[in-house]
Amino acid sequence: MNKIIKIAKLIYEYAKYGDEGEVTGKTRAIDDVSLEIEQGDFVAVLGHNGSGKSTLAKHLNAILLPTEGTVWLGEMDTKDADHIWDIRQRAGMVFQNPDNQIIANMVEEDVAFGPENMGVPTMEIWERVDKSLRAVGMTAYRRQSPNKLSGGQKQRVAIAGVVAMKPDCIIMDEPTAMLDPHGRAEVIETVQELNRTEGITVVLITHYMEEVIHANRVVVMDGGKIVMDGTPREIFSRVEELKSYRLDVPQVTELAYELKKEGLPLPDGILTVEELVDALCQYV
Amino acid sequence: MIRDITLGQYYPIESPIHRLDPRTKLAGTLIFIVALFVAQGLVAYLIATAFLASVIRVSKVPLSYMVRGLKSIVILLLFSVVFNIFFIQDGTMLIHVGFITITTGGLIQAAFMAVRLVYLIIGSTLMTLTTTPNDLTDGLEKSLGFLKKIHVPVHEIAMIMSIALRFIPILVEETDKIMKAQMARGADFESGNLIQRAKAMVPLLVPLFISAFRRASDLAMAMEARCYHGGEGRTKMKPLRYERADKAAYGVLLAFLALMVVLRVLA
Repeated sequence: MNKIIKIAKLIYEYAKYGDEGEVTGKTRAIDDVSLEIEQGDFVAVLGHNGSGKSTLAKHLNAILLPTEGTVWLGEMDTKDADHIWDIRQRAGMVFQNPDNQIIANMVEEDVAFGPENMGVPTMEIWERVDKSLRAVGMTAYRRQSPNKLSGGQKQRVAIAGVVAMKPDCIIMDEPTAMLDPHGRAEVIETVQELNRTEGITVVLITHYMEEVIHANRVVVMDGGKIVMDGTPREIFSRVEELKSYRLDVPQVTELAYELKKEGLPLPDGILTVEELVDALCQYV
Repeated sequence: MIRDITLGQYYPIESPIHRLDPRTKLAGTLIFIVALFVAQGLVAYLIATAFLASVIRVSKVPLSYMVRGLKSIVILLLFSVVFNIFFIQDGTMLIHVGFITITTGGLIQAAFMAVRLVYLIIGSTLMTLTTTPNDLTDGLEKSLGFLKKIHVPVHEIAMIMSIALRFIPILVEETDKIMKAQMARGADFESGNLIQRAKAMVPLLVPLFISAFRRASDLAMAMEARCYHGGEGRTKMKPLRYERADKAAYGVLLAFLALMVVLRVLA
């Protein structure tokens, strides 16, 4: 399998400033992280606030550069200034606040913003915009103002804007944190669909457990380090360990875990209601 | 409500006016404004009214949208009307009390001035209602492109304008939210004299500024993440091209201007 992202011994530090603007110390946001991500994977990065997960995401498309260590996207080192636009084209990014990442005043023009910057010819921009809007199911809204859309819809437009740049991978930095449950489901379904049908690698940064069960790999971060790494089932069967990192497990998993502690013979790492029902039926 | 700002609020509908090249609409608005100031006499104003009415009709934008934009200039309008009434002394005298003199000439001038201002605002509001702000800045960028030769950052200015336009409604909504949050905790924005009310606005502006800067920093990052690196080597989804309708529009506008000039010369 092709490794699309390779991170080797990444360290990121930023200076802390006192009241007078003097440097009072350094904070290490990422502490010696190494990680490899396969092409086509759906990787969720979990972590409590301040765990370094967002900082890690911003290293993947050269918004932040490593203090020490190296990040490769494909064959390109993110520190190489000659490749910065190639890197950003290949690793698109969707941010948390849907309002603060939509540039244009019309949905289709916003989707075209990335290709325009890349110098794509006009005819091809139209093709890309059509295709991207279809991929996220927003074609009906193409001539509307983004201000009139719901949070989930705005976020889908932002995703379309990234898809139109034909990236190999999409990095999503807590894309659902400001959305209602309905909008959250909307966005996650869109991303899953893109991952499945277009084979785009997805790196989803989040702290909602329910979004993680669809990933095929979960990475847990705490204090700037990677502390757990595995499939959702593996990760969620380690309930106590997750709790020590101040993370919750999905409700169903928690229920199954408690039942098991009380002596019911249930398997580890139950992720959905259906699985729990099946397991309970077998027991009965 | 403070949300009633029509400036920079595109009204999405299909119409011949909407389809015109933004450069045509920009130049057209300019020609219309010049024509308004050239206009003199009742006939000229009637023609201007008919002209404006037919353009509005063709644009399919409801009149109420334009009227809403007028609210912002009510004070200005009152000022100019009052000044015209009191300071233009022409024709027969109607009232003379102390140092106040009102004449027919003053009244007529005031009326024309008011109509002129109202048409001016309606004309430019019509342009912003029928042109997406992005088209508008595209049009400006292209029409002013020659300034690049003397190192004026035309593209950057156009980009700043279009972003400002996009964020006006968002910031207005945010102001509304902050105001309500502060009113819920007992802040009073409505009573007191002008100075007291201005003072009450300070705690409103601080959070608004902070949030605006935060948004700006987020947006800059999002733009860079989408490969934005200035106007160099940038292509357009909708490049500007003059069509036959644009030429026709120029013809109509110039004819209108010529007519106004002729009427003035004749008057």
